[in-house]
Amino acid sequence: MDCENLIALLRRLQEMEFVAVELNLYLDTHPCDEEAINDYNCAVEALRQLKKEYESQYGPLLNFGMGGFSRTPWQWAMGPWPWEI
Amino acid sequence: MWIYEKKLEHPVRVSCPDVKFAKMVISQYGGPDGELSASLRYINQRYSMPTDTAKALLTDIGTEEMAHMEMIAALVYKLVDGACPEDFKAAGWEGQWVQHDHGLFWTDVNGVPWTAKYIACLGDPIADLTEDMAAEQKARATYEHLIAATDDPLAKDTLRFLWQREVVHFQRFGEMLNEVQDWMANSKHMWMGHRPEK
Ligand SMILES: [Fe+2]
Repeated sequence: MDCENLIALLRRLQEMEFVAVELNLYLDTHPCDEEAINDYNCAVEALRQLKKEYESQYGPLLNFGMGGFSRTPWQWAMGPWPWEI
Repeated sequence: MWIYEKKLEHPVRVSCPDVKFAKMVISQYGGPDGELSASLRYINQRYSMPTDTAKALLTDIGTEEMAHMEMIAALVYKLVDGACPEDFKAAGWEGQWVQHDHGLFWTDVNGVPWTAKYIACLGDPIADLTEDMAAEQKARATYEHLIAATDDPLAKDTLRFLWQREVVHFQRFGEMLNEVQDWMANSKHMWMGHRPEK
């Protein structure tokens, strides 16, 4: 497995997901801030692209049908697991 | 990391509030064989599993158990909806009213708070998977008791779904126990702890 590429892609995902987490919490207490909602929606779009890129190489990022398609054998059950990276 | 999905895994409905039954159902929230115990037990055991498939199964079942904890919370919420202090007293659950009002709290059926003593982690995959199989059977039996203790067909439907999931989890853990035992036999792995493979 190309670990360097995996870690770099993960890092970009973590950054963009953190942007979304922060905006989400902010919007929970500022639900009418249109500018923040726009930023949130931009983060959603960027995350969607990053997840697509990650999942096409490394398999589903989420379980229970919430992530991308799997090749055979079942990619979800393949390492490395997050605590092993 | 975990992501929350804003929906229940299966509908939770009741025909009418029933505080007395809520007092029984709370056992599956914070009791020894309840859903909090199940979820934490599996998610915590992942780190000492030897194969990627065992780590995946514990992640997935541990996550599903969290969804079941949410279903039990929804069930208790609906069973005490609109109940007044008199209703709690009539049900023999005035302790809940005094300390928590309509708030949820992780206790067993006798009000004993949840404790980490309910879950085990030996770090030994055979011991831990066997523990998990026993836990599923205990949860299954508890759901059978709860189903027998209510006449409400809607509450029964929710509990039957959860009962069925315990049966499936037991089956999957049994398969994983075989898989891990084969893995040890085939690669002549004696389980000696987590040393890096050469
Ligand atoms: Fe279960």
